[in-house]
Order: sequence, then C-alpha cells, then structure tokens
Amino acid sequence: MVHGELWTVKELFVYPNEYIYWTIQIVMYPFMTGLVAGAFVLSSLYHVFGVTQLKGIARFSLVFSFALLPVAMLPLMLHLLQPQRGIEVMMTPHFTSAIAAFGIVFSTYGMIVASELWFVYRKHFVETAMELRQLGDRTFSQHLRHLLFSALTLGAMDISEHALEKDEKAVKILAGIGIPVACFLHGYAGFIFGSVKANALWMTPLMPVIFICSAVVSGIALCMLTYIVTMEARKLIAAWKRKQYPELPSPEELKSAEVHVVTMTAKYLIMFLILAITLELLDLIFRGYTAVKSWDILRSVIYGRDFVNIFVIQYGMGNLVPFIIFLLPRLTIKRAVAGTLMVLLGVFMMRWNVVIGGQAFSSSFAGFMHYHLPIWPHDMETFKEGLFGALTVIVTPFILFWFLDKVMPVFKETH
Amino acid sequence: MITRRNFCKKTMLLVGGMAVPLAALELFDPKKLLADKSDKDKVRWVFLVDTTKCVGCGFCVKSCKIENEVPYDANVTRTWVERYIITKDGATHIDSPKGARDGFETSQIDLGEGKFLDIKKEDISKAFFVPKLCNQCDNPPCVQVCPVGATYQTEDGVVLVDRSWCIGCGYCIMGCPYGVRFFHPVYRVAEKCNFCYHRITKGMKTACVDACAFGARQIGNLKNPDDPVTKIIMTERVNVLKEEYGTKPQVFYLGLTKEVK
Repeated sequence: MVHGELWTVKELFVYPNEYIYWTIQIVMYPFMTGLVAGAFVLSSLYHVFGVTQLKGIARFSLVFSFALLPVAMLPLMLHLLQPQRGIEVMMTPHFTSAIAAFGIVFSTYGMIVASELWFVYRKHFVETAMELRQLGDRTFSQHLRHLLFSALTLGAMDISEHALEKDEKAVKILAGIGIPVACFLHGYAGFIFGSVKANALWMTPLMPVIFICSAVVSGIALCMLTYIVTMEARKLIAAWKRKQYPELPSPEELKSAEVHVVTMTAKYLIMFLILAITLELLDLIFRGYTAVKSWDILRSVIYGRDFVNIFVIQYGMGNLVPFIIFLLPRLTIKRAVAGTLMVLLGVFMMRWNVVIGGQAFSSSFAGFMHYHLPIWPHDMETFKEGLFGALTVIVTPFILFWFLDKVMPVFKETH
Repeated sequence: MITRRNFCKKTMLLVGGMAVPLAALELFDPKKLLADKSDKDKVRWVFLVDTTKCVGCGFCVKSCKIENEVPYDANVTRTWVERYIITKDGATHIDSPKGARDGFETSQIDLGEGKFLDIKKEDISKAFFVPKLCNQCDNPPCVQVCPVGATYQTEDGVVLVDRSWCIGCGYCIMGCPYGVRFFHPVYRVAEKCNFCYHRITKGMKTACVDACAFGARQIGNLKNPDDPVTKIIMTERVNVLKEEYGTKPQVFYLGLTKEVK
C-alpha cells in the first residue's frame, strides 16, 4: 500500500497520485511551534515591556517555551519518511526552500531562549553550586547535581548586586531580540503553507500573519492553563506542607496571586484573539469577494464539507465562546480554565482546517479527499501519522518541563 | 618607520583591496551572457501529447510502470491517462481508474468510494482521453521547495530526484500543481516521471513513447530546429496545462480543450 492510501478516501475525480500526504503531524507542527512562540511573547511582555503584573507568569512561560522548543521539531521528524536523513536540512540547506529556513531560525531562537534562561537563572545556579560545594560528604546524586550546577554557571560566579543588574539588562536585550525571532519562527511556518501556490486554500500572503497571531493566542492560552494547573497543584502541596512548616504561604495567599495574573493574561489573550479572528475572516471574505477560479471548490469545502469543523468548532467553540467567557466581568479560575481549553481547541482546529482542509480537494478542482485519522496503530506508520503519534507530541513538553523545573525552578521566588 | 600595527593594517587593506576585484570577477559568468552562442548544440527535452490520437489503451502507463520499477499494483503512477466525457447538459465527467493502467474497461465513470456512473451514449456531446506526465517545468516549484536539494534540474531541463538524498517530507508533492509526484512505495522517497532520463540520454525514446501505437506521445529536443516535435511546437497551435501557475511547463498538448483540468 502506498503512503497515504490507508487514510485517504477519494471522491469524484482526483489525480491518481494525490493522497492526504500531510497528516496529523503536520497539524501538530504549526500548533507546537505556535505554542513556543506564544509562550515566549508572553514572557517578553514582562521582560521587555515591563508589564509587571505578568511577573508571576513570565518566568514560567519562558521555561515552558524552552520545554516546548524541541517538541516543535518532533512532529516534523515523525512525519519524514526518511527521518534518519532529517539532519540533512541543517547540513545541506537549500535556500529557496521555506523549510530549509527552519534549521537556522530554530537554532537562533533556541540559542536566544537558552541564553535568556541562563541570565535569569544564573544566580540560582551559582547559589546551588556553592551550597553543594560546601557540603562535606556528598551523596552520589548530590555529586551529580554539584557537577551539573557547576557546569551551568559557566564559571561566572559573581552574584554581586552589580553583576545581577547586568544580568537583568542582558535578559531584557535578549527578550527584545527574541520577540521578532519568535514571530519569525512561526511566521515562516505560515510561509511554508502560504507559499505553496499549487494549493488554493494555502496560497495567501496573509498566512504567515494569521499564523503568528493565532500562535500567540495559543501560547498564552497554554501558559495560562498550565500555570493554573501548576498553581492548583502547589496549593494542594502547600496545604499539606503547612502542617509541618507554618511559615510557608497559605493557599489563600497563593490563590490571590493567581487570579490577578490570570485576569491580566486574559486581557492579552483577548487582544491577540481579536487580531487572529479578524485576519482569518478578512482572508475568507477576500477570497469570496475576488472569487477566482479556485473559489468554487474552496466554497464547497469551507461552507459544505468542513462547515462543522470551521464554523462550529473553530469559530464557534474555539473563538466566540471563549471570547464571551473572558469578556464577562469577574473572571474566575474555573472559567479561565474552560476558556483557555476552548481557545486551544480553536487554534488546533484552525491548524487542522488549514492543513487537512487544504488537502480536502484535488488539484484538479474536480474531486475531494477525506482524511480518516488512524486511531489504533498497527504499524509504525499508523502510529506516527495517527492519534497516538499526536498524543506523544502533546505529552513530551510536559515531561520536559518537569525535568527543566528541577534545574530551573519556576516558582523559586515564592518558595 | 613601519610599526607592527601599521604593517598589519596595511596588509589587511591590501588583501581586502585585492579581494574586491577578484570577487567581482567571479560574479561574471561568461556562460550566462546573452551574447554567448555556444549553447546552440545543447539539449532541452520537451514532450508533445496529441490528445486527438490517444485512445486510452493504457499501454503507456503499463510500460512506464515496468520500465521504471513502480510497483505494478500500487495505486500510484508516473504517467496516467484521463478520460473526459462531456454530456449535452454541459457537465464534465472525468476518471482515470488505476491511472488507466488497464485502459478503460467499462463505459461507466468511476466516481470513487466504489460508486460508478452510467452515461447513455445519446447524452454524450464529446469524449476524449488526455495523457498526463511530469511537465518538466522550466520554473519547477518542486525544485524550489525541496529543503535539501534532492530534487534538481539538469542542464537539459529534466527534473530528477536523488533517492539517496530525499528526506521524504512531501513538500515537493504539495508544491506540484499537476499532482504528478508521489512517494515511492519501496524506496519511500519522492518519485515522479523523469522522461526516462536513462533512455533519452542514450538516444532512445521514453518507454511510454515506444509503447504508444498511435503516436499520441512524442519526445523531442526543443533546441534542435529540425526535430519533428520542435517543428510541431513551433508551427501548430499547442497548449500547456495550468499556465497560470507560472511553472512554464514543457509538455505541450495538441487539441487541448477547456475542460481539461
């Protein structure tokens, strides 16, 4: 069986070689990249623009962005038919190709986030390394930790007031550079699609901008959600620990900080959400108004076959409902959780409708293709391009975040 | 007196100064100058399809699969034949079951999903066959988008795929407006028609041209004015597919009608 045949159903006249080649992993790819960019932009709002109300979530989203970073590449690797050659994109970049920019932009961005994190956590690295150094007889794990933290200091042990001020300045500069790079990282993911002139749905110069806006939306939403979940977990732990250490902050104190941050973040979320929806609708109206040759088939896909996916799930449940949820006064944590979940669903469906919807019609404009997502994997291919492959991609950043938090404690200041 | 600092400065200036004109020299590629006429003997492979001669037997598809080791039963093919039936009510019905590997065994139109449509003979206003293959574009989008340069264009205009270098991302498949590309089921890399490059460069015809008993398919060299294919392209009313994409296709069609997709 040829690649794609298993999950593609053809209807009317479709060219013999056409199948749904870009599947769930290519939906995951812009989704995860979007989360990376969005999380970084959120952290930069504090670091660069000095939105102090976001201080609580800024460090969190920076570490989370770093945890998401390797996962942006994972769907691409899982999607390649020759994954062992994936590195060739870095080795022999072909500069006319939008994908080839991935290696360059991705590594630049990775280095920026890594350096920013280093400056943010340098004090912690030094302190921990010193603490461990002073211990007389270290256990094996303490010895390993000592080695790790000593290496992470990179020999810069000065944590005087003056040095820390310099660190802060560096963070600000890096975050400033990071914003355009993060936007570029996702903008070019949109460019990959927008520049495919053979695909009538993708071919629009608005695609990179639409991708950037929805990326920021999804990144903020995921950070909010994870922040809330983590804080809830902390509250439970705090309540349990306070029995032993009464000096720890009470669950009520933690809660008030949380609502404050969530309300503020929600405002930024709404702002970017409006921008994203406006651009998407503008694109749709423009296509209908100009009604070029491809409009007939696009219309039948958008208003017919994909109506539920686009208008009910993406615009309705994913945009309109959370919009109302966040705009109603006195935002509660429960409502914020519901809202962010729906926003994430909306952004995911936007990616789905672009990637799968773009392949729902034949280049002949005379036939359609349907994608049946493989659920239970029965070989590597159905795993990679199916539900479980996508779940793997979703779970990985949380595992990475858990590990990163051990080295770079996100909530250290309030501990 | 020359100090060490001065010496270094002057050396740098000298090297820099020399590098500028040298770099400028490199920018000039005499081969690419318009005045250069030395490429008159070069080759530009083109294809000519006469749709008025095609009977839809599918021998071309069969021979191509065998010649180029595309698994015979796999539902992908380097070349295929489309059947067009235009009814008197103006509707266009198109199909190409298995790429017409076995020809068109039934008069029913394949609608996909196991459905077929019966069209009465008296309802037909016109019907014809259109063979398709890679257009070997002069401005190939597949070469443009390949992230590793595994898809490339030879000097004689044919677009090839390096099977040992392709990473299997599918960007070229997405970039091709003609839907000619697919993943090879065995090698698991991008695959497409290459005008039987291994044959034409040895003076032979492509497998499909050899297999066509009706002369519907021909291959020629556009740079040779005496080539019969070139003569037809230069003198007859030929057309190309999907010109609006700006790919500059090099497969020319005789008798192409507006219904052809």
